[in-house]
Amino acid sequence: MADRPITIREALSAALREEMQRDERVFIMGEEVGVWGGTYAVTRGFLDEFGEKRVRDTPIAEMVIAGAAVGAAMAGLRPVAEIMTINFAFLALDAIVNHAAKVRYMFNGQFTVPLVIRTTTGGGKQLGATHSHAPEVIFAHFPGLYVAVPGTAYDAKGMLKASIRDDNPVLFVEHSTMLQRRSPVPDDPDFLLPIGKSDVKRRGDDVTIVTFGKGLEWSTAAAETLAQDGIEAEIIDLRWLRPLDLEPVFESFKKTNRCVVVEESLPMFNVGAEVAARLQDELFDYMDAPVKRVAAMDVPLPYAAEIERMALPSPEKIVKAVKEVVGG
Amino acid sequence: MATDLQTAHQIDDTGIDLDDQTLLEMYWQMVRARRLDERVWILHRQGKIAFHISGIGHEGVQVGAAYAMRRGHDYASLYYRDLAFSLSLGLTPLDFMLAVFGKAGEPTSGSRQMPSHWSSRKLGMLSSSSPVATQVPQAAGAALACKLRGDDRVVIVTLGEGSTSEGDFYEGLNWAGVHQLPLVCLVQNNIYAISVPVHLQMAVPNVADRAPMFGIAGAIVDGNDVLASYCVMREAVERARSGQGATLVEAKTYRPVPHSSDDDDRTYRSRDEVEEWKKRDAILRFQVYLRERGLLDDDAIAEIEERVRQEVDEAHAAAEAAPYPPPEDTLFPVFAPDDRV
Ligand SMILES: Cc1ncc(C[n+]2csc(CCOP(=O)(O)OP(=O)(O)O)c2C)c(N)n1
Ligand SMILES: [Mg+2]
Repeated sequence: MADRPITIREALSAALREEMQRDERVFIMGEEVGVWGGTYAVTRGFLDEFGEKRVRDTPIAEMVIAGAAVGAAMAGLRPVAEIMTINFAFLALDAIVNHAAKVRYMFNGQFTVPLVIRTTTGGGKQLGATHSHAPEVIFAHFPGLYVAVPGTAYDAKGMLKASIRDDNPVLFVEHSTMLQRRSPVPDDPDFLLPIGKSDVKRRGDDVTIVTFGKGLEWSTAAAETLAQDGIEAEIIDLRWLRPLDLEPVFESFKKTNRCVVVEESLPMFNVGAEVAARLQDELFDYMDAPVKRVAAMDVPLPYAAEIERMALPSPEKIVKAVKEVVGG
Repeated sequence: MATDLQTAHQIDDTGIDLDDQTLLEMYWQMVRARRLDERVWILHRQGKIAFHISGIGHEGVQVGAAYAMRRGHDYASLYYRDLAFSLSLGLTPLDFMLAVFGKAGEPTSGSRQMPSHWSSRKLGMLSSSSPVATQVPQAAGAALACKLRGDDRVVIVTLGEGSTSEGDFYEGLNWAGVHQLPLVCLVQNNIYAISVPVHLQMAVPNVADRAPMFGIAGAIVDGNDVLASYCVMREAVERARSGQGATLVEAKTYRPVPHSSDDDDRTYRSRDEVEEWKKRDAILRFQVYLRERGLLDDDAIAEIEERVRQEVDEAHAAAEAAPYPPPEDTLFPVFAPDDRV
């Protein structure tokens, strides 16, 4: 079957629709998912298609959405819960990290928690500090919870379908400014991408850029600028923060000996810190320069357009960091 | 004072102790909030601002509630619809315009927070952020502080009916009940939370029906009746101030405009419903009442409109001309200085 270029939004819709058609245990719940069709219109039309039983508008209560998803999953269903933004997932943190992530281990594997919590992340839309952070790393801290961070329509579809079919809890994080991005995606209803596999998105010999989510877009733009200066960046898209697959990063680093990590997370305790630590652990002898990190500034994300832009990563900041590690 | 909302067009002034001048001032506050709000919708349509969340339709309950407080003395912890409330507490149209344009000098946040996220130490407005209902536990804490300090301040906290589904609402009011706090929780029930109707939020008919489970007083009022709202709120504030504990007040009202500039309300409710509610608009009803009392006539109404238009024009022009926050504002210190340690 031919791949069609579709948007990330369409890819997510298709993944949800196909999995709901395939498995009756899959159902959707969250704020505004029904009549409104989802905060970012991913479930538009689903209420009519699947009915109230499987597409449920819930009260405004994130703790209950996540907690009830844990309960429904333990009782044998496969909930796909939606939390409007990952910044509101903090209201449900206990259900997600203390329960979804730990139930299987704590109770000797008697219960699995096959749930997916879909949520959006990221700034750039002037929504202020309690809507706009990209704190995915916090959730990746906890064993027992998978964290998906797709950056293309292709990845979004294959990863969401795999997440719904998997028996583990998955926090599935979509970037709120990328839903209109298009790429070719298979129509095949059994198109799945493996959980926890990163992907080389661009080939290059001079520097390894490790990134995910919105960082992919900034890094791709930066790589084009760098190419004009004769610097070829290899871009590794992690796609999952847990399981974290650094093999392609190590492979790439053996060739480039330089690494820049790009993410929208805050600058302390982030993916860059993890990657830098693992690189020095595994490939110390290959290091020709310190690992650099490009992240958001260490402030609550501000509202006003100009200062919000300043606080976020950008292709320019990446170009600057790459030039520092390649020297000259 | 059971009000049949389906037929309510009148104003209930039973027990009202306000003089004529105050009544006219309250009318002016409502009109001023409405016109300012309408102007901001236009600015959004013109692509000049990023976002607007409107208070249109809620002016009656908000102005009534503000005038029931000791303004500047009591604390208010407000939510995003409370433009009329904030103006009544002393926020200016220019302050609000600076916020919607995201300009330098915006007094509530330095334009680092979204507009309609009220905060003013000077005006007694505690900060309110975006996750709904989080202000309820905070207001309970502020009320606890007032009680511990032994001052006679009261805390008023507001939210929408949909937001009462959050645990924060229950946990905060349970506290208020247990600690007998000087708190008034005002729920502005406009029967929708974005697209979700109130019956999908709760299985009881009224938000205020829950008051007994917290061991606090409850009251229901017609939120489109400014004077009835004032009366009920004044009673609740007095109860709090005199040490008799908290009250959950539910004001029945309506939002005749979309939830925010990101919403299209035609997808979830009929135009007939909206038109029906517009007939019960708080400003119209108050205007009719004031005419009947001989306090307003066509000339006086036109004069108020003209005064408000000028103020809104000036605020709009000044905010549009104001500079953006300088880049160094991004680096506003996150931590308080530690020079007092
Ligand atoms: C914790 C949290 N969850 C979800 C939202 C998104 N949201 C913003 S306003 C709103 C509806 C609130 O409805 P209601 O409480 O009835 O107040 P109204 O807007 O009708 O005045 C929702 C769901 C939010 N801001 N915070
Ligand atoms: Mg409401």
